Amino acid sequence: MTDHSEIDSVTGRATTGHEWDGIKELNTPLPRWWVITFYLTIVWAIGYWIVYPAWPLISGNTRGVMGYSSRADVAVELANLDKIRGDKMVVLGAASLADIEENPALLALARAKGKTVFGDNCAPCHGSGAAGAKGYPNLNDDDWLWGGTLDQIMQTIQFGARSGHAKTHEGQMLAFGKDGVLKPDEIVTVANYVRSLSGLPTRKGFDATKGEKIFADNCVACHGDGGKGNQELGAPNLTDKIWLYGSDEAVLIETISNGRAGVMPAWDGRLDPSTIKALAVYVHSLGGGK
Amino acid sequence: MHQPSISKSMTSGEAGLAVGFAVTAFFCAIASAKALDAPFAFHAALSAAASLAAVFVIINRYYDRPAALPPAEIDGRANYNLGPIKFTCFMAMFWGIAGFLVGLIIASQLAWPALNFDLPWTSFGRLRPLHTSAVIFAFGGNVLIGTSFYVLQKSCRVRLVGDLAPWFVVLGYNYFILIAGTGYLLGVTQSKEYAEPEWYADLWLTIVWVTYLIVFLGTVIKRKEPHIFVANWFYLAFIVTIAVLHLGNNPALPVSFFGSKSYIAWGGIQDAMFQWWYGHNAVGFFLTAGFLAIMYYFIPKRAERPIYSYRLSIIHFWALIFLYIWAGPHHLHYTALPDWTQTLGMTFSIMLWMPSWGGMINGLMTLSGAWDKLRTDPVLRMLVVSVAFYGMSTFEGPMMSIKVVNSLSHYTDWTIGHVHSGALGWVGFVSFGALYCLVPWIWNRKELYSVKLVNWHFWIATLGIVLYISAMWVSGILQGLMWRAYTSLGFLEYSFIETVEAMHPFYVIRAAGGALFLIGALIMAYNLWMTVRVGEQEVQMPVALQPAE
Repeated sequence: MTDHSEIDSVTGRATTGHEWDGIKELNTPLPRWWVITFYLTIVWAIGYWIVYPAWPLISGNTRGVMGYSSRADVAVELANLDKIRGDKMVVLGAASLADIEENPALLALARAKGKTVFGDNCAPCHGSGAAGAKGYPNLNDDDWLWGGTLDQIMQTIQFGARSGHAKTHEGQMLAFGKDGVLKPDEIVTVANYVRSLSGLPTRKGFDATKGEKIFADNCVACHGDGGKGNQELGAPNLTDKIWLYGSDEAVLIETISNGRAGVMPAWDGRLDPSTIKALAVYVHSLGGGK
Repeated sequence: MHQPSISKSMTSGEAGLAVGFAVTAFFCAIASAKALDAPFAFHAALSAAASLAAVFVIINRYYDRPAALPPAEIDGRANYNLGPIKFTCFMAMFWGIAGFLVGLIIASQLAWPALNFDLPWTSFGRLRPLHTSAVIFAFGGNVLIGTSFYVLQKSCRVRLVGDLAPWFVVLGYNYFILIAGTGYLLGVTQSKEYAEPEWYADLWLTIVWVTYLIVFLGTVIKRKEPHIFVANWFYLAFIVTIAVLHLGNNPALPVSFFGSKSYIAWGGIQDAMFQWWYGHNAVGFFLTAGFLAIMYYFIPKRAERPIYSYRLSIIHFWALIFLYIWAGPHHLHYTALPDWTQTLGMTFSIMLWMPSWGGMINGLMTLSGAWDKLRTDPVLRMLVVSVAFYGMSTFEGPMMSIKVVNSLSHYTDWTIGHVHSGALGWVGFVSFGALYCLVPWIWNRKELYSVKLVNWHFWIATLGIVLYISAMWVSGILQGLMWRAYTSLGFLEYSFIETVEAMHPFYVIRAAGGALFLIGALIMAYNLWMTVRVGEQEVQMPVALQPAE
């Protein structure tokens, strides 16, 4: 082939003499810094192969002069963890709830563990700050559906509410409208009566006497005289201005008409006993524990 | 031009394809009737209809065409086959906008989960592969196939080999995209990232891809130039390696030949290793080698400057090809993959840094003596900025492959940011630049409808990319640091859900960046459409006045 090489006027470099659709190539040598850096990365790689496990052999592989293995690294990290915690985790596993309450070191450990467990398991419903959401109780206040002592909290976590577990909390808000127990106008009246229990304004023309009568006939059995609630049945206190589903008239009518049966899952079997204990201590310590 | 009158007859390609499609239609109809699941029945019925349509089109085309096939040369000059390229330009723009839109939707779903609408078809899990496949394989793939057919013909000075074969490649490839994409929405997936299509789509792609390879090689062999142009090395590396990767990662046994579900032959960590050997080299040979080919033709052509260094192009080509294929294990640091494999993945990634930058140097330095053109030509600016993003991503990649860095960055949004600086900045911009060049050339237009709109596209999209990647860097590093924070008692400081809450503002910024990128693409689509519709015809010199070659 004839040499079509020519000198590029801008750079003063010769071209290679090839041309495709008007595109030529300069015969520029490799940039020195590029070559040097490329060699340095190769040298570094070879050095790394000498130090660390690198090349497969017929059986096994080169081990590297440092004897590194990621499994050994994990063992070291776990050993460090043991050093931080000492045998406290074992003690925690064996301690009763009462023991934990009395021992500040154990209490701190249980709370720390409980916080982590709460974030991974409970936060999706109760919120990462445990403030709850519509239908999911706030765990920071001192209003408890199923009781707020350490033992009661632990029982609720273990077996849940309406969870299907053999030892679950049962009891639900009946559907007074859907089941035809109350007529629509009675539901409106009793909803306004429930609002009046915590001092909320009532609808014009609301007949308090009639409301009290309907409440006494239908609601007192679970919610108690004056609507103070009953933790045996998980029936909320209706006088404390804390609402699981909301206090608007429309929401109350919905609650009374169709009932409510929110589910708290049972964690027994999903979390180990020591973890559930830590979780109970953490929830108890959030501010409202009895 | 006078052709000797010859009697018209079907070519073996026409006859063979028509019969082949007729048989396929028959079997697809049976498969549809006997299908075990609804998506398979739908795909089989669609394929039967498409095969029948293909038979009809082939026969119709036969009756419409003159007796002689289009000549390879007219008066000593190659008679280039531009039809399939025009089709890929159109499809690239279509899939690009679809893919960017779905990307914006899933980015918004991460910021506002209610946008999942609680429907299976619109859930993040199904839309995410739709986004990745639409932008990488549908948009990127059409750009690659279209530009490769163009660059190949121009740099070899011959017409593409085959009469129906190039059309089979572009139509068949887009049919694969259709099957893959509708499959994702219907829940059909083999759950391998970037290789989600099920066995029957994979088989079809294999046939299409082998045809692509044959057309490409056949044209290279017939070339009128003594040497093979550098872009064609890169295109060929892309085509061959993607074939190997596709076959290596996808061997699967269907549960039934009448159902969509299959099981991959590989198991456990071997499957993970195959998957990331595939996944990483899809980045290496689809998104890097293929688009470097585009860079090697369109930048010198647009800048009207010679390529900076022939020697560098050879050395970095072979170094890139040799080193890239080893780097996959860096996707599996700190997993069940053996330590030695992780070491090799990481060290080869580091050695890959300079070979990758060879392409950047050649791209940028080709501008020597033409830098002033960046002020006036936003298309060239787009091409050059794409190379700058390429350089940035190919530095960031090796850095993230280092195990200590990876222990912070892995599984975080940093990876998403890294991918998008490459995808939006490099692949997106180099494709836009190439399409802005290509459309006026192949539709024979004097210039683009509006250079000003290209400028708007450039700045809006650049702002979008900057918002996107900076948001993901910050959120990724924040996320990584929150995940690894421990209390003094050795418990995690933050729950996962707290880290998700912390990401929210960055997800909003990311979605805004994506929206800007999409707006830019819509401006581009309008500009190209108007170029084709109302652009002024390039005045062609009469053939007789051309100097003899």
